[in-house]
Amino acid sequence: MKNNLTFREFLITRLIQAAGYSAIVFVALIFFFLLREGLPTLAEVDGSSLLNIRWYPIEGFFGILPLITGSLIVTLGAALIAVPFGIGTAVYISEIAPRWMREILKPLVELLGGLPSVVLGFLGILVLSPYLRVFLDLPTGLTAFTGSLLLGGIAVPTVVSVAEDALDAVPRAYREGAWALGATQWQTIWRVTLPAARSGVLTAVMLGVGRAIGETMTVMMVTGNAPVLAVKLSSLFSPVRTMTATIAAEMGEVANGSTHYHVLFFIGMVLFIISLIVNIIASSVVFRAKKRAERILS
Amino acid sequence: MTNKITIESLSLQYSDGTESLRGISMGIRQNAVTVLFGPAGGGKSTLLRCLNRLNDLTEVKASSGKILIDGENILDPQIDVIALRRKVGMVFARPVPLPMSIRENIIYGLELAGEKRKSKLDDAVERSLKLSAVWDEVKDRLNDPAIALSGGQQQRLCLARVIALQPEVILMDEPTSGLDPISTGKVEAALLELKKEYTVILVPHSIQQAARTADHAAFFLQGELIEYDDGKKMFTTPKQKKTEDYIMGRFG
Amino acid sequence: MMRLFARNRHTVQRLGFSLITLMAVVTVLPIVGTIIFILLKGGSAISFEFLSGFPHNGMRAGGILPAIIGTLYLTIGTAVFSVPLGIAAAIYLAEYAKDNQVTRLIRLAIINLAGIPSVVYGLFGLGLFVLFLQFGTSILAASLTLSIMTLPVIISTAEEALRSVPQAFRTVSISLGATRWQTIRRIVLKEALPGILTGVILGLERAAGETAPILFTGAAFFLPRLPQSPFDATMALPYHLFVISTQVPEMPIQIQYGTALVLLVFVLSMNMIATVIRSRARAKRQW
Repeated sequence: MKNNLTFREFLITRLIQAAGYSAIVFVALIFFFLLREGLPTLAEVDGSSLLNIRWYPIEGFFGILPLITGSLIVTLGAALIAVPFGIGTAVYISEIAPRWMREILKPLVELLGGLPSVVLGFLGILVLSPYLRVFLDLPTGLTAFTGSLLLGGIAVPTVVSVAEDALDAVPRAYREGAWALGATQWQTIWRVTLPAARSGVLTAVMLGVGRAIGETMTVMMVTGNAPVLAVKLSSLFSPVRTMTATIAAEMGEVANGSTHYHVLFFIGMVLFIISLIVNIIASSVVFRAKKRAERILS
Repeated sequence: MTNKITIESLSLQYSDGTESLRGISMGIRQNAVTVLFGPAGGGKSTLLRCLNRLNDLTEVKASSGKILIDGENILDPQIDVIALRRKVGMVFARPVPLPMSIRENIIYGLELAGEKRKSKLDDAVERSLKLSAVWDEVKDRLNDPAIALSGGQQQRLCLARVIALQPEVILMDEPTSGLDPISTGKVEAALLELKKEYTVILVPHSIQQAARTADHAAFFLQGELIEYDDGKKMFTTPKQKKTEDYIMGRFG
Repeated sequence: MMRLFARNRHTVQRLGFSLITLMAVVTVLPIVGTIIFILLKGGSAISFEFLSGFPHNGMRAGGILPAIIGTLYLTIGTAVFSVPLGIAAAIYLAEYAKDNQVTRLIRLAIINLAGIPSVVYGLFGLGLFVLFLQFGTSILAASLTLSIMTLPVIISTAEEALRSVPQAFRTVSISLGATRWQTIRRIVLKEALPGILTGVILGLERAAGETAPILFTGAAFFLPRLPQSPFDATMALPYHLFVISTQVPEMPIQIQYGTALVLLVFVLSMNMIATVIRSRARAKRQW
């Protein structure tokens, strides 16, 4: 009986431990397969043409600069929307809203995070882009700006929930201290609460941006899919194409093992590394902030 | 009277640098109440948690020495810890009913030990609840959630839960610290019954309680055993100056 | 002077609060608007035939049954892999893991898994499951891909739920002669169940609505019959919506809105169930 029990316990503990380690294995596997399929690019396409401004795979032009600038401009636009609105909403939920309002708003924001991106893209095509075309008097409504608007909406829930957690974690005593010194609620938010939560808010911004860079379906559907270099302000109101959309749109039609196939994996690898960097920085910011809080409180 | 437990130069240090034990040696008598008292942080709870190896759950930096129960060193990594914990039960400072019914709380340990027969389980429920002086108050609602009981009833339920396993030693870590005087009286009365069958080691929540209940008493200060003697003697004529100061309320 | 100053401060506060409130409204209104808009527009497309029929005439007529069934299959398939693995990993982190380098690495890996773009998961699934393991474009390959994507959501919410169970329950259970696993199985998991369930549903909700990871791992443009085995490709609601709103010319708008509505209802009802479970458990909790 005892041996039996010990053995079962041992087995289960090992299984659970293996499951715990699996996350590391998956990240490594993902990286490995992206390298395996993406690195041949460097042998097949030379560096200068890869960093060219022409993306026209059928004729062997694999310049990924237009895709990178496309991603950047759409993401930048999305961040300009998501950051102020996300932080504003987080401040409202955590500092201003009455309790009942909070109970309604939090699930609603969570709901936005769960809306399939393809539904937003669909509405972008049918509703938003025709409206923008007329309103801004553009040749087409499928532009980087349209993508930024929708992508902003997609990134907002991430920003709100992380920033709200950070604001929530600011000890009540800080606020009470400020009130006791005669600060208004508004001054307290600006001069005490937000600065105290700044590392968490920064993390929120980074994760929101990370979410925006990686979003695929919405941008593929509404940004017009034109691989042109987007470096001017006017590019915001013309069609662009992002890295993610390129992979999604073209992977279905390439022959396995072809140069085009390898280049698409190469782009995936670049995206993976970007998200890795964003997340490592974001989590180290949180980690340091936690350490500091522990020091202060102990 | 024989020693149930023999502790030989036991030392221990937690990783986080809190409470420690330094070279504790003492014998603990069978069928008696041995009281461990002293100011907070003196090592009483740590010692209790060594006796049923509950310290395995905490990060311990270093430990040495032996604890012999019936001649067997329970700090030996080879011993069956599960069997040890059934033999050495523990009641905690705060009553913690498990999130289930009163009856299920009592039979939890027995079921884990493999007891499936309903008659045995029913007997255990009645016997242990009676011994811990709470049977009359709960016998009509054994299937109610245990959390619904009052604090005093919960603590006696926790005692019954330990008794149900028919242990040989019962460790009690300030079992009445959160209770009203009436409930405290009931628990202390139960102690007198319990020591007929079991070896009881109690960390009291006050010197008064120590004096009321102790057959033997040990005074702990900063991880060291300062004085260990018969209970009556200890609280009337302590030998050590430090013990006297503490009992007289000059510190702690 | 003093009074003027005070009045100024309060005007600033009032203005500031109005601005912030407005921002929150602008953030939330489109969500509500989107949902109501699709409910209104798509409602008229919904009929028994639409929900139970196959598409015909190049998908410009008929129903969307294979897409609904396909999304169900994919969601179930994802659950089969990600739920046990995710809960086990959460148990490891909450109950077993020591605070050391390896644990920190695991946490970093989970954070990174959560941040990887969905289309990159698609590439990975194509490379590993479809090609290397030769599962082909199939429900199996797509489910596995979605599982790994869902894992971080399940792990982090389940871990939080496990950690919220009071430590005292564990100590007491161990002191009564339970092993660590017995304590987890009989006490901790039972108490954390509503929280875990909430996380599982929220994770699966995301999987059900995703398109990019299944694009090259399991999604089919059109199938004349339902998938017969895990090795078949399948239609799916999000992919179908993508196809009929971008790839099919002269697509009747009714069918598009109807499909969006069904997808939305599928996802929202999962979200609703999760929210209800969570708030009920909070109200019932006694510790």
